[in-house]
Amino acid sequence: MLSPADLATLPFDDWVNAFVRGWLVPNFRPAFRAAQVPVTLVLNNLNAFLLFVPMLLTTAAFAAVAWRVVGSGMAIFTLVGFAFIDMIGLWPETMTTLAMILTSVIFCAVIGIPLGILSARSDRMWKVMRPVLDIMQTIPSFVYLVPIVMLFGVGMAPGIIATIIFALPPIVRLTNLGIRNVRSDLIEAAHAFGSTGWQMLWDVQIPLALRTIMAGLNQTLMLALSMVVITALIGAGGLGLVVNTGLGRLDVGGATAGGVGIVILAIVLDRITQGLAEKAKVGRVSLGRSLLGLLRFQGSGGSGSGAQIKKAG
Amino acid sequence: MQAKLSVRNVYKIFGDTPAAALERLRQGESKAAILEASGATVGVQDASFEVGEGEIFVVMGLSGSGKSTLVRMLNGLIPPSSGEILIDGEDIASCSPQTLRRIRREKVAMIFQHFALFPHWTVVGNVAYGLKVKGMGAAERRARAMETLEQVGLAPWADSLPSDLSGGMQQRVGLARGLATGPQILLMDEPFGALDPLIRRQMQEELLILQKTLKKTIVFITHDLNEALLLGDRIAIMKDGQLVQTGTAQEIVTAPADDYVAAFVADIDRGRVFTAEDISGPPTAVQLHSDTPDQARRLMEDADSHALHVVDGERLVGLVTYKDLTAQSPDAMGRPGTLRQALITDFATTDGNAPLHTLYTDAGSGLPIAVTDGRKRLVGVVQPRDVLAQLSTETQAPTTEATDAQPR
Ligand SMILES: Nc1ncnc2c1ncn2[C@@H]1O[C@H](COP(=O)(O)OP(=O)(O)OP(=O)(O)O)[C@@H](O)[C@H]1O
Ligand SMILES: [Mg+2]
Repeated sequence: MLSPADLATLPFDDWVNAFVRGWLVPNFRPAFRAAQVPVTLVLNNLNAFLLFVPMLLTTAAFAAVAWRVVGSGMAIFTLVGFAFIDMIGLWPETMTTLAMILTSVIFCAVIGIPLGILSARSDRMWKVMRPVLDIMQTIPSFVYLVPIVMLFGVGMAPGIIATIIFALPPIVRLTNLGIRNVRSDLIEAAHAFGSTGWQMLWDVQIPLALRTIMAGLNQTLMLALSMVVITALIGAGGLGLVVNTGLGRLDVGGATAGGVGIVILAIVLDRITQGLAEKAKVGRVSLGRSLLGLLRFQGSGGSGSGAQIKKAG
Repeated sequence: MQAKLSVRNVYKIFGDTPAAALERLRQGESKAAILEASGATVGVQDASFEVGEGEIFVVMGLSGSGKSTLVRMLNGLIPPSSGEILIDGEDIASCSPQTLRRIRREKVAMIFQHFALFPHWTVVGNVAYGLKVKGMGAAERRARAMETLEQVGLAPWADSLPSDLSGGMQQRVGLARGLATGPQILLMDEPFGALDPLIRRQMQEELLILQKTLKKTIVFITHDLNEALLLGDRIAIMKDGQLVQTGTAQEIVTAPADDYVAAFVADIDRGRVFTAEDISGPPTAVQLHSDTPDQARRLMEDADSHALHVVDGERLVGLVTYKDLTAQSPDAMGRPGTLRQALITDFATTDGNAPLHTLYTDAGSGLPIAVTDGRKRLVGVVQPRDVLAQLSTETQAPTTEATDAQPR
């Protein structure tokens, strides 16, 4: 049979090698290195803070938030779950994982929400943004671990950068969606009263899109959690490392312990963010109040809100 | 009349090539042909009108006739394809974005059909929105918003959410939001269109009462002719993007410009359009002391009426009927009867501006109705037969298309 390969073979792998190794890495390595500075900064501080706060205090804080936004059942689960993690000796690793996830989510929000807003305001921007997000969501996360290692090296920060890339799309998509879906008559009313673009954004669009944005943040959080084990491959620590080490040594017990830790953390974070979303019924909450709630919550450990659509692509 | 707002030869064409479509339109091509050829929709075509200070100008037309497009051009929400829109002499169509924002903040407010209240703010927060946009401090704007809420009678609901209020109340919030910034011009796009008929009537009356003190310049959009006739100082009838007739309610009802308008006005409630003044005759009366019953009877014969008003100096004191005067017989001493003996003091009076429908009952008694001025002086007389005649008059133009051009 004739196949196109008989006519010509393309050294595609060589081209990519030439592009990444020959051009991107030598020319831009310093830039990429510099890019991880803010990530490292936030991560280290969060990690140090979470490791410094006594286990009982952190647990109490989480249980209190769970009780307030979800109910007593979830508060009890949090207490028992965190106590279990502590008893199997994985508390520090769990806090490191939490710090990594929080850092990723913070950066995703800081990058993703403005991108989403820009996409919502300009169709041209969205035309560019959309395929990029599609690519980010369809490329298996393993695939970009290699270029990330080449550009950023190994360690915690590169792991978080990989996580940010992986977890970014939902927040951008849902911010865009939320803002585009704000009722057009409200936009018209705001215009009719002489709002500037910023006033419109801050007073009308963001508050009315908040619920959708929070759903995006919740999905981003869940995606970040799913990257915990994978990023451990390039030297990020925490529970992912425990799992990987266990697997490497065929130590079923160790791997399972790490896995259970991740699951407990995931359940607690997910339920709390869902509870927050329900509290933030659309139209009932002022922007200031919800953001305050969000900040208060992030300060004490968790993050995000709004789990309408739990599973992302 | 000082023109607050003037619209001059305004066109709006939706589509990618408005300039080309505009050219075709000016050369007299039909809208359908233009749509076919270039895909452009003509929203408004060559609209010109002026609205005076303190006037309610109603634009009425069927669905899709371009009313919303027209009113949205007046505050620049939709830029016109061609033409000028002057507010106090400043052209909305060609001014800078900053100027446009200033005009929107200070001069023109808009009230929407579906209220368009911000669901995430309380009633007072909504009302204060325009003030917030202007940069007023929180305490001051709340105080101002509360004052405006008092005006529309919603102060007790200040801290409720809009979704907790009924439609009529929500639209009053919308009205308060429009009024809070103290604009001179109000643009109202079918503001009562989403309300049920009873509430609608009530809101129309409230608007008229408010307008007495506020004296805003109002452009009011509606597809309900009765609403237009009730509210409008002047009315413009719109059809397929064009203003086919502009005039007072009476002008439009008595002299419809074409079949389209005639069909519209065919079944309107004429009792609300015409006033006592429109059908009143000269203020003929006899003097109580100096005129005799015979003189009164002769006057009635001349005027072919059977009753006549009686004045004492300038003061209207009653009326006498032909029948009573004829039935009078000389008294015991042989003196003829006097006007005073036949005087009926329980008689109907009305204000010149009163709509005809308020005269139905009085006309039913068969006696003429006195039209009086502010100082109770007789300025005209309405004959009962004229009331009924006016109510049943057919409009002059044919009404063949009445069925497919009914206001919805
Ligand atoms: N953005 C737009 N793009 C294209 N065509 C439009 C646009 N907006 C309005 N039109 C068209 O312009 C015409 C006038 O619409 P408009 O909304 O002004 O009518 P209306 O008189 O307000 O009707 P209604 O009583 O239903 O509110 C319609 O034919 C409509 O389809
Ligand atoms: Mg409309």
